[in-house]
Amino acid sequence: MSEVIIPKDELASFVGRLLESYEVFAPVARGGMYLFERISAADEADLSYKNTRLSPKGAFLPQSERMFEFTVAPGKEESGILKEAPKEFRERVLLGLRPCDAQAFKLVDVNFITKEYTDPWWARRREKAILVGLGCNEPRSTCFCTSTGGGPFSEKGLDVLLYDLGESFLARAVTEKGEQIVSFCSGKAPGESLKSKARELEAAARAKIRKSLPVDKLKEKDLLELFNGKFWEKIEFACINCGTCTFVCPTCWCFDIQDEVYKNDGDRLRNWDSCMFPIFTLHGSGHNPRAQKVQRVRQRFMHKLKYYVDKYGNGVACVGCGRCVVSCPVNIDIRRVMEVMTAEVCEREE
Amino acid sequence: MENPYLPSPVRIEEIITETTDGALKTFKLVFLKPEDEKRFRYLPGQFAEISVAGKGEVPIGIATSPTEEGFLKFTINKVGLVTTHLHNMHPGEIIGVRGPLGKSYPWDWFEGKNLVIIGGGFAFTTLRSSIVYVLHPDNRDRFGDLTVIYGARHPGLLLYKEELAAWEQRSDINMHITVDATDDPDWKYNVGFVPTITKEKAPSSENAYAIVCGPPIMIKFTLPILTELGFPPERVIMSLEMRMKCGIGMCGRCNIGTEYVCKDGPVFTLAQLNQMPNEY
Repeated sequence: MSEVIIPKDELASFVGRLLESYEVFAPVARGGMYLFERISAADEADLSYKNTRLSPKGAFLPQSERMFEFTVAPGKEESGILKEAPKEFRERVLLGLRPCDAQAFKLVDVNFITKEYTDPWWARRREKAILVGLGCNEPRSTCFCTSTGGGPFSEKGLDVLLYDLGESFLARAVTEKGEQIVSFCSGKAPGESLKSKARELEAAARAKIRKSLPVDKLKEKDLLELFNGKFWEKIEFACINCGTCTFVCPTCWCFDIQDEVYKNDGDRLRNWDSCMFPIFTLHGSGHNPRAQKVQRVRQRFMHKLKYYVDKYGNGVACVGCGRCVVSCPVNIDIRRVMEVMTAEVCEREE
Repeated sequence: MENPYLPSPVRIEEIITETTDGALKTFKLVFLKPEDEKRFRYLPGQFAEISVAGKGEVPIGIATSPTEEGFLKFTINKVGLVTTHLHNMHPGEIIGVRGPLGKSYPWDWFEGKNLVIIGGGFAFTTLRSSIVYVLHPDNRDRFGDLTVIYGARHPGLLLYKEELAAWEQRSDINMHITVDATDDPDWKYNVGFVPTITKEKAPSSENAYAIVCGPPIMIKFTLPILTELGFPPERVIMSLEMRMKCGIGMCGRCNIGTEYVCKDGPVFTLAQLNQMPNEY
């Protein structure tokens, strides 16, 4: 696959050319943080970031999305009949996302594209997307992607991988779609010295991630033994059920469906939802299978680290981005939870 | 690409108030488009999302049997926003149906077996579907004896009263209708809780499957009696309820451990449930 050099002073013109042919999503600086958003001008993209506060999942699963529209006007023939909300599905480039987030999309695909059903919106957007990743020269102290099957320069799920070489980017096409993007670069092929610089950056970045977690052990653990473990009470003790972890997580896909009506026009919407909230599972009868906080905290970690593992044989539903570790207001750390869950003997009683 | 979230429009043909407290009504629905009706192929035990534009959706067991063609019936308890709105609707109005969803009762396992159907309260809907299905002349020979134990708190809360009376008269079904209590001097069936009547009637577990559907308290006391009667957990079939949204295993809320009740269930054997976290 081809490799080209994009000098940094030519980045804006490269992004400008992409904008002529694609919808482009990129990291942007907003209100003291970085977010991954659709851009309309080349200079909005800022590739000097560490990571975005929210994951880029919104590019495929918007935080709020119109599914259907309808009228409830009395007497009209089409009243009460839902029809698809009009949408454009243009080809889109996700520029400069982190490799962990690209891997997350692959993990979420198994939920939305199954042998029985396909989520049409997720699938169409995924199909039309080209993922241009940016390797991490400086992983954060909360990063642990090397434990979850990825790495700071992992190509999993990407079409192009960018190396930040200081003065320039090295762009490597990983797939045919990626070749398409690389062809937008006017730069030359990298010489041997830049190639070896890229390799050194990669090795140095890997070495900076010290934490190694025994993730593989999770699949051998007995599901019910983990479920019934006493350690959940210690883990959940500080949790305030704010839902931030699920909000920032690139592999949290749960959603709610709600109808909204203004005068005679209505929409059926889907919105991000969270297993941290009691209403998520509340029955009409008042019964709630996850009424207690400890049950909800257990659900989140068991889903990521055991249910997903057992159901899909696809590893854990965590890519080690560390967002939940950074954002948790009470310092609950999924790395610690992994250690507790994989301890030789599950802690039973204090 | 087919959109699994899009409800098919249906017209409310008839609304039948089932119970004396008025909390349960049966909605007879007819598809507006023949192609939607043709695509809606189901077996007893499956459910559908009933959609009301502007209100939302509710997952409801299908009360008709696939042997009844041309319409669907859903018996709906008045509980929340959508169901309360439905209870105030009238024949002729348009709503939506999305499905069929979930797994049916395991009809291929039941071939040549005796069936013991145990139901309580308003959970009788997919059991009614099953009884109608088994009693249909095309199907009756595929199954052995059919025993039904069905109870409600009092006679006014029994669903499908005319059908119950008709089934009582038939020789190819052993009906045991019961109520927890009644002061009706003309009541000619059993009085007692479902578990008690199950114990009293003692249906044989030989070559038999039990399908149990009802409120948690009924299930709790019925399961030990089925064990006493010799039903192994692999031959006790149950149907679960959960809060649902998508109905197709994607929105994430109805799981019990690795299983989504909407897609991997709602039908599970007791043996399966014994291996799953106790979180339902």
